[in-house]
Amino acid sequence: MLTERVTKLINGMLAGQKNSLAQLISLAENDSPDLPEIIKMLHPHRGKAYCVGITGPPGGGKSTLIDRLTATIRSKGWSVGIIAVDPSSPISGGAVLGDRIRMNQHYLDEDVFIRSMATRGSHGGLSKAVASTVKLLDASGKDIIIVETVGVGQTELSIKQMADTLVLVLVPGYGDALQVMKAGSIEVADIIVVNKADYQGAERLVNELRATLTPNRRGHEQSIITTQAINGIGIGELYQALDQRRKKR
Amino acid sequence: MRHKKIRVLIAKPGLDGHDRGAKVVAQGLRDAGMEIIYVGLRLTPEQIAEAAIQEDVDVVGIDCLSGAHMALFPKTVSLIREKGGENILVVGGGTIPKKDIPKLREAGIAQIFGPGTPIEEIVKFIETTLGKRGNDNQD
Repeated sequence: MLTERVTKLINGMLAGQKNSLAQLISLAENDSPDLPEIIKMLHPHRGKAYCVGITGPPGGGKSTLIDRLTATIRSKGWSVGIIAVDPSSPISGGAVLGDRIRMNQHYLDEDVFIRSMATRGSHGGLSKAVASTVKLLDASGKDIIIVETVGVGQTELSIKQMADTLVLVLVPGYGDALQVMKAGSIEVADIIVVNKADYQGAERLVNELRATLTPNRRGHEQSIITTQAINGIGIGELYQALDQRRKKR
Repeated sequence: MRHKKIRVLIAKPGLDGHDRGAKVVAQGLRDAGMEIIYVGLRLTPEQIAEAAIQEDVDVVGIDCLSGAHMALFPKTVSLIREKGGENILVVGGGTIPKKDIPKLREAGIAQIFGPGTPIEEIVKFIETTLGKRGNDNQD
């Protein structure tokens, strides 16, 4: 049985109240015992959202890319939910979550909801919190949900499972051909974005990626897109690539 | 198992380009184990209030060195309350003249931390104030 407070939050969220949605997300983050029941209750309201995972090494411009992409998505009339994950300190357990700072043009947009989340040291726990938050944002009526995560590893593979499309953001200077051949996120990404494409070495990185990705043996279609997020260049192409995948879903 | 953490939004309202103090406080609170959502410079009270609601923070720290605190701080608090953040603890920092502090308190700023405040004092204030409430707004 859900408490009166939680029932009120669910009703509030379904009525479009942002503070209710925000508090439900906190319950998901803190692994509340009520969570399974909440998710179950919201099931009939879910299933419309398209989830895009965006991952890559720190400093690659993911948050800026999401900011610009969100502007494009909004111009098409879709609503957006963003979950921005940053690491917790292994020393103090605290965190500075700084992704939102790139997205301040969207703070007052009624149809954009942004939530920052710390990893809190547990891959499994984080995946669960993110998965539940995706479900909450979906039930709240968001059309597109973007999940931003740092780095490579198990977290990203679990994001791959919950996302309809996984975008990997790389920048020139990532490494030589051998780095590109290594197993991991490059293999599982659906779209690889080479951001900061005006920097030296962008063309070489694109060529090395092309050489690695083709021929594709498993029928997993991967696209490579070059962008300069800060200048708004290539965002239209990224949107198109995502939209094509969404339509094929 | 994930545990409840104290979440703090750090923001600078208005046209003030000096964010070093806000960044020092953000890192100090991080080192005390809190989760800081750092949103930086040149935000309107509306933007700060909306971010505080969406992030469901326990604390909002606003900082102002421009002299516009008497306009910006009370406005930020009232918008946070209006948007449903009744329980959010709001604290302020920056170059605030002593004579303004009672008025700011009246407007809902729980505490003002001036230049030179040790981080430990801010941590202690936050932990004690949230602790006294028993964190009843959170799970």
